[in-house]
Amino acid sequence: MDSNKILDRGTPDRSARVGAPVTLQIDGVAVTVPAGTSLMRAAHDAGVKVPKLCATDSLDAFGSCRLCLVEVEGRRGYPASCTTPCEPGMKVKTQTDKLAKLRRSTMELYISDHPLDCLTCPANGNCELQDMAGVVGLREVRYGYQGENHLAAPKDQSNPYFTFDPSKCIVCSRCVRACEEIQGTFALTVQGRGFDSKIAPGPGSFLESECVSCGACVQACPTATLMEKSVYDQGQPDHSAITTCAYCGVGCSFRAEMKGDQVVRMVPHKDGRANRGHSCVKGRFAFGYATHKDRIKQPMIRASIQEPWREVTWEQAIAHAASEIRRIQGKYGRGSVGGITSSRCTNEETYLVQKLVRAAFGNNNVDTCARVCHSPTGYGLKTTLGESAGTQDFDSVMHADVVVVMGANPTDAHPVFASRMKKRLREGAQLIVIDPRKIDLVDSPHTRAAFHIQLQPGTNVAVMNALAHVVVTEGLAKVDYVRARCELPEFDKWQAFIRDPKNSPEVLGPVIGVPATTLRDAARLYATARNAAIYYGLGVTEHSQGSTTVMAIANLAMLTGNLGRPGVGVNPLRGQNNVQGSCDMGSFPHELPGYRHVSDPTVRELFGQSWGVPIDDEPGLRIPNMFDAALDGSFKALYVQGEDIAQSDPDTHHVQAALTAMECVIVQDLFINETAKYAHVFLPGASFLEKDGTFTNAERRISRVRRVMPPLAGLADWEATMALAKALGYPMHYDHPSQIMAEIAALTPTFTGVTYDKIDQLGSIQWPCNDQAPTGTPVMHVDQFVRGKGRFVITEYVATPERTSRKFPLILTTGRILSQYNVGAQTRRTANTAWHAADVLELHPHDAEARGIRDGDRVEVESRAGKTVLRAEVTERMQPGVVYTTFHHPESGANVVTTENSDWATIVRNTRSPRCRSARCWCRRRRGSRSSRRLRSSRRRCCRGGSDGRAEAGQDVQ
Amino acid sequence: MDAQKLVKMCNEIGAFFAAEPDKATAMAGLAGHLKRFWEPRMRRGILAHLDGGGAGLSPLAVEALRMHRAMLEPKAVRS
Repeated sequence: MDSNKILDRGTPDRSARVGAPVTLQIDGVAVTVPAGTSLMRAAHDAGVKVPKLCATDSLDAFGSCRLCLVEVEGRRGYPASCTTPCEPGMKVKTQTDKLAKLRRSTMELYISDHPLDCLTCPANGNCELQDMAGVVGLREVRYGYQGENHLAAPKDQSNPYFTFDPSKCIVCSRCVRACEEIQGTFALTVQGRGFDSKIAPGPGSFLESECVSCGACVQACPTATLMEKSVYDQGQPDHSAITTCAYCGVGCSFRAEMKGDQVVRMVPHKDGRANRGHSCVKGRFAFGYATHKDRIKQPMIRASIQEPWREVTWEQAIAHAASEIRRIQGKYGRGSVGGITSSRCTNEETYLVQKLVRAAFGNNNVDTCARVCHSPTGYGLKTTLGESAGTQDFDSVMHADVVVVMGANPTDAHPVFASRMKKRLREGAQLIVIDPRKIDLVDSPHTRAAFHIQLQPGTNVAVMNALAHVVVTEGLAKVDYVRARCELPEFDKWQAFIRDPKNSPEVLGPVIGVPATTLRDAARLYATARNAAIYYGLGVTEHSQGSTTVMAIANLAMLTGNLGRPGVGVNPLRGQNNVQGSCDMGSFPHELPGYRHVSDPTVRELFGQSWGVPIDDEPGLRIPNMFDAALDGSFKALYVQGEDIAQSDPDTHHVQAALTAMECVIVQDLFINETAKYAHVFLPGASFLEKDGTFTNAERRISRVRRVMPPLAGLADWEATMALAKALGYPMHYDHPSQIMAEIAALTPTFTGVTYDKIDQLGSIQWPCNDQAPTGTPVMHVDQFVRGKGRFVITEYVATPERTSRKFPLILTTGRILSQYNVGAQTRRTANTAWHAADVLELHPHDAEARGIRDGDRVEVESRAGKTVLRAEVTERMQPGVVYTTFHHPESGANVVTTENSDWATIVRNTRSPRCRSARCWCRRRRGSRSSRRLRSSRRRCCRGGSDGRAEAGQDVQ
Repeated sequence: MDAQKLVKMCNEIGAFFAAEPDKATAMAGLAGHLKRFWEPRMRRGILAHLDGGGAGLSPLAVEALRMHRAMLEPKAVRS
């Protein structure tokens, strides 16, 4: 636990940009700093605190509050120390009688227009204005409090998580600048001039505005003007702990600020290397699910899924589960049971579940939710580059000159990284978006994509091949790089393939649905950039050619020399917080921890000796195989930790039938989820706030998860797994997750150097971390690829077998929106429902008109797998023939209409992707439907207008 | 296991490896993929389907399964 007082050096670190050291004097003390450092920061580093209000080290200096004035010998006036750079030989005074008088006068003006309600103010004890009044020695306000002021300005409480009280505002503009510089949304502005100046979120309220509730403005506010409602309710926190967000794959570091064992607020950790002090609406505010009344706190069992649940003790539940597993194995064979690890659980927990399956169940039937998302990343990158992980850290994007975003919607799904990317784009980097949908990045404030390759869903490989064809045939390849670093026979074979005119933009353009000239120009832009980086998401992987696309991406990056240094790389944007980690930990049925195949006798021997049991040398069943085996009667029991397969996996009816066919389904989760409806044993899960461990994010960064409250149900998830193992006759002996990590490190070459002590010391570690890289590896493949020589793989475009028809003329794609997360189990139990209370179907005006559908109508969506009903949102962000929805709400059953088509290599299903799933469907206006006035007004209230006033995706409210 | 599903999956794997210009390499790739990623009962299922005539299997898949059958045959089932 650490203090809640955060060190603020006043202006940002510019050490990377400034020049040679300069020496100056501040209050008579010699100070040496890099040229370009602000006087304020130099003073701070010399131990001299300069009063300030508008300055903070997360924002560029602004120089408006007139409190940080200093005197510089030989210069006239009183420059602001935040905006004045250090120069050699300067003699600076920060404390003089004149400065004190000026500062007091300034404070008098501020306080004359500020409510004097400190004792009842939520910021009491944590208010910079209050602090500065004390620092400057304010004793009176000569102007009185009766003059014209803003004290009656009405409070805006529209946002569910924070209030905006303009009566307390000093118009320092920190919130406006945070929204611009950090978040990149530009939702706030200073409206009016002079005394009439006020902060405004546009013409209406915060909730009506373009604000995305990232919390950057709240964080930046030096007063209680922007303040978390939880602080209003609970008061200032008194202690905190650094932990890691449990939402998306960015893995933001947070300070959980506490009062006793209650979380008052989650504040982005300034030193967090994944997020650099930024956050999004989910991680910052949507943590209330952890203590939601729906949490199950008592284990439950039942003999059949038709019966009601019966609460039992942990011992009874564990004993029953173990006895059922052994009974079933005795009757149907050792391979009739399996387990699913969770990307929402810690590395240590996923490691234990796969160990349980391999050592106690005695088979390799273990899989993880990456089976429905990023397995193709693992396959594709391991095949081409040698390691199943992204190549860069997030900081790398700040060195990119061209950024390719493919099948990802970072502003919604990875918003904190998106903000950094947008910052780099505002600095001048060029952007290529490859997506069938016009995502926000295509055209957002001060950034616009150079190219939007609005491809037909299912043509990812065709796009990559066309781009590579241009690079090769126009002589843009980095031949020296390829010759030095790649397998030449494979490259020659691949080059012959890619040169074939069948891969030219002119041939593939009509298939892709994009002009050949656009493809050629985009290829030239990527290939000729000094640094070009590719970021991709589930729109690449959740596709029947997902693995092929990943390999095609790697081919293109190798071909252009865009691997092995900052600013370049192949960067999968992972969906869940610990997808990377769960894959690293041996959650796949063919791989032991560290991505080592079970057929390798040396690796099996290593684990066998450590675990004291022989390891099966055959790959186990993957999740869809488990379903198929359940339906044929050879798979009968499943232990599912923290995964809702009945909602998240495609072809829901098939999943439900498989679960129904099993004799024992053990679900371990926070809530009764859709899968639990088919379960026989329910073990209560623990949220990320209730346990210790680590998560590994999309940049391979291992960060600590710290327990800030006791498990509500008594056991952390790793403890429950241990109990089950013991009941199965395979006791595990760990007192703390750090011991589990020690075992992982001992058995996994890429984790050899990882310890909890080292993570605490460094803040976080990017694997590989071993003798060769004792502090971790921000950028991989620097001198050579992990596999030695990079391997080009022939990536033939194969059209999906599913085609549109008269019966099913539309292509459905799915994705995620900003305010909700995956199946919504967490975010639906928070106030985030204010932005997205139901899934909607986006469709192009032409498709809507042809079917008589109006905005807000309820429409049936049907594929050959099933049908569901959704509200229509008519929007030009879709292209004709393609419709889109999210899968955050079980009532909408979006996955009911997705089909069983899957990636050829990893059988990742064509599922929840912004761009890849191609379940053909038809939709029609539901009989009796009408556009609801309430819905329309809700949408107006909650839509974020794009720069052209267009409604953004999925901001519908029923 | 549903034979038709296995056939579909096998053919999709075959479609990827079919791009390989050397047919022997393509067949080895297909069979190697089944060996590395298919659980024994799946391999047993596809081989049984092959023995039953192999309806629906692509020519490359049929040839690969025949050529690499020994590698693909799972060991005896352990209980």
